[in-house]
Amino acid sequence: MEKTLDTFKIGEKGVIIKVNGEGVTRRRLFDMGVTPGANAKLVKKAPLGDPIEITIRNYELTLRKNEAKQVTLKVED
Amino acid sequence: MIRVALAGNPNSGKTTLFNALTGSSAHVGNWPGVTVDKREGEYKRKGYEPISIIDLPGIYSLSPYTPEEVISRNYIIDEKPDCVINVVDATNLERNLYLTTQLLEMDVPIVIALNMIDVVKKNKDEINYNKLSKALGVPVLPVSALKEKDFSSLMQVVNEEASKKRKGTTLLEKTNLNDLVNEIKGLYEEKGENNSLFHSIKLIEGDSIERKNHEKIYQKVEEFKSNFNDETFGNDLEAIIADERYKFIQEECSISFKKHQEPEYIVDKKGRKKKVKEGTISDRIDKVLTNRIFGLIIFVVILFFVFHLTFGEDLFYLKAMGAFNNTDVTLGAGTTWEGILFSSGTGIQSPGVLLQTILVGFTDFITEQVGIGLDLAGASSWANALICDGILAGIFSVLSFLPQILLLFLFFSILEDSGYMARVAFILDRIFRRFGVSGRAFMPMIMGFGCSIPAMTNTRTLATDRERTATIRVIPFFSCSAKLPILTACAGATVTLFGVGNADLITLGMYGAGIIIAIIALLVLRSTTLRGETPPFIMELPAYHWPKFSSLMLHVWDKCKHFVKKAFTIILVSNLVIWVLQSFTPSWQYIEYGDDGFVTGLTTNDSILANIGKIIQPLFTPLGFGSQLGTFGWVFAVGAITGLIAKENVIATFAMLGAVVASVPGVGGIVSDIEGASDVAMMIQATNINIPGILAFVVFNMTTIPCFAAVATAKAELNKGKLKNTIVFWLITSYIAGTIIYLVGTWWWTVFIVLVVIALAIVSIHFINKARDKKANLTLNN
Repeated sequence: MEKTLDTFKIGEKGVIIKVNGEGVTRRRLFDMGVTPGANAKLVKKAPLGDPIEITIRNYELTLRKNEAKQVTLKVED
Repeated sequence: MIRVALAGNPNSGKTTLFNALTGSSAHVGNWPGVTVDKREGEYKRKGYEPISIIDLPGIYSLSPYTPEEVISRNYIIDEKPDCVINVVDATNLERNLYLTTQLLEMDVPIVIALNMIDVVKKNKDEINYNKLSKALGVPVLPVSALKEKDFSSLMQVVNEEASKKRKGTTLLEKTNLNDLVNEIKGLYEEKGENNSLFHSIKLIEGDSIERKNHEKIYQKVEEFKSNFNDETFGNDLEAIIADERYKFIQEECSISFKKHQEPEYIVDKKGRKKKVKEGTISDRIDKVLTNRIFGLIIFVVILFFVFHLTFGEDLFYLKAMGAFNNTDVTLGAGTTWEGILFSSGTGIQSPGVLLQTILVGFTDFITEQVGIGLDLAGASSWANALICDGILAGIFSVLSFLPQILLLFLFFSILEDSGYMARVAFILDRIFRRFGVSGRAFMPMIMGFGCSIPAMTNTRTLATDRERTATIRVIPFFSCSAKLPILTACAGATVTLFGVGNADLITLGMYGAGIIIAIIALLVLRSTTLRGETPPFIMELPAYHWPKFSSLMLHVWDKCKHFVKKAFTIILVSNLVIWVLQSFTPSWQYIEYGDDGFVTGLTTNDSILANIGKIIQPLFTPLGFGSQLGTFGWVFAVGAITGLIAKENVIATFAMLGAVVASVPGVGGIVSDIEGASDVAMMIQATNINIPGILAFVVFNMTTIPCFAAVATAKAELNKGKLKNTIVFWLITSYIAGTIIYLVGTWWWTVFIVLVVIALAIVSIHFINKARDKKANLTLNN
């Protein structure tokens, strides 16, 4: 099943298949290791629900839901 | 001398390695034009030529996303260091090597320092350095910047490599982009560019700097793209290259890394199976600190203790809770230091207040002795006053902030270095995004309640220049501890004279007004001079670790050194000017102020400053403390000017004039135990200022140009040319805020006029922005 990162539940894992968007934000996501093929896991959400924290390439990364919306992952059913 | 640059990810231990290599020779400045730390130092070893070392800012990539990345990239391209040490966090190889793959494309010798090797060993992981070195084609050396003292083997290799020339290499040569890279590279070489490989790959990535400079060559890339189609990525070359970099790291470098597998269960002595706790210690700490329910509460508690330990007069409220009610002890009674450490009357002072009291006691003593000495030497009274009141008092009043600034710095550096500050940004981002800044901006703002100076310096942790500028501009609105006397004295005098309200409530209300003004100002800035998208928030949350004592000290020392230097230069001169203005008449007669008031019949009322005050007084008429106040009304105007030295001076100016206005009929007779309140009350009586006028005066002083020390800090922290606009911004904001408070407070119906004006302003900003966007779109499309 495919879904975007912002709809993930805590503890959910997936493999990135696509990074949408454009310009600096997308570039930054690539630079931080958010590229197709990488495994990502949603670790937690901030107390107010946004931003979110994921584990990717062995480290913790935080991003806003707005940016997470651009990242599509494949999740095991 | 050989020049070596350190490059690497943030939190890779780069600065720790730099400190270990350079020791005391390090010095910190700014990169030209931007406020990013520029650290330089020398590596010295007996029998060898010293090596100059420059610490490039921590970066994740060489694409121009942050000023740090542009600096690092330009430094290597333009300054051509003899060698680059790429510091790599061995516990996080995958992401760290991403930067390495880009550095390798540059024509510069590279040595990889595999840092935090001690942690890797502790985790029982293994790294095969030879395999890694072979895959990357450059030397790889394990180091532990935190534990080791001897880096001679690393520097030996650096020395050897520096003497060689190295041409950039790329992992793309094994891909189907190789032909394109070679073609573009050829075009760059024809133009005689250095670092042709690096430039050509950046251009293929569609890098904005590269495109701007070589739009013609970029057409070749576009041509290639139109005939290119990858299965997964289509013709998105930027994505393909990023993907290839990570693929290379996974395929070529992971083989050198062997992760130790923790068994899921351990068997204890009695033979029972026990599940091994999941996650590292850092993960478990994080679970508590960023907990959905307790996260915010823990944060508030931490903040309370930081402020309490720095500014608290009654440590842990022991006195208020009645801990000393039955004792009667004063330590050091009868000495100069009476009751400093402890007195049952006032309780225990917090470390910040204690240090300040000691420092002030010491500097007061110096001033006194110098005064006595000058008298004995036969110096004239004005020369004496110039040295004691003008020079010494000026410097010392600025220096008296130092202990608390230092402590505040220390606490916030601990929070920063430990990794907690990143979590604070994570927790609060949701709230602050609405005002056009990220969660990170909260810390400097809240520090503003203590002192604007460390607060402004702390804005360096913010991601973009725009966010930094906006934050620095609103920091003074978070009323600092020096502004508190203005609030309490005016509130106290108002309550006693007019018999309205409650002094504490008025004070609190003024704090609230400051915060509201800050929020409005942020919103206005966001839609006028500092326009643009809210910057993206994509940030690493580094693992928690204990901050290192020596690097903390170095950090705090750097900031303090900077501050003290300013105290003796720009701040000293500014203070001196104001002193001269208030101590001389326009015909250069000295106004002598002794223990019993004015000596020669001349008063501050005759000073140059008073004359200037009288000239600018009408300017404050819309704010309620201008021409309508009559003869002594200029004091309010002048109070605002002397407040520039230090905000404490606002009330001190009132006190100085107390002696003058006391002779005015109907003035006097108010005694208050709030410091300065009786002076303010006398001025209120002498000028017949109304309550809205006083409130407008307080708000004006709270939000106008801060003290010289803070202005000097803002100058250092803002990018070139931004200070002038910032000062104008402060003036306009305070003027508008004061005017609204006075008008609406005096004639309630003016609220409608104010609302109409605000509505008109909002509408016109909206339309101006729309027109601007349209214009911007047109130029883009052409």
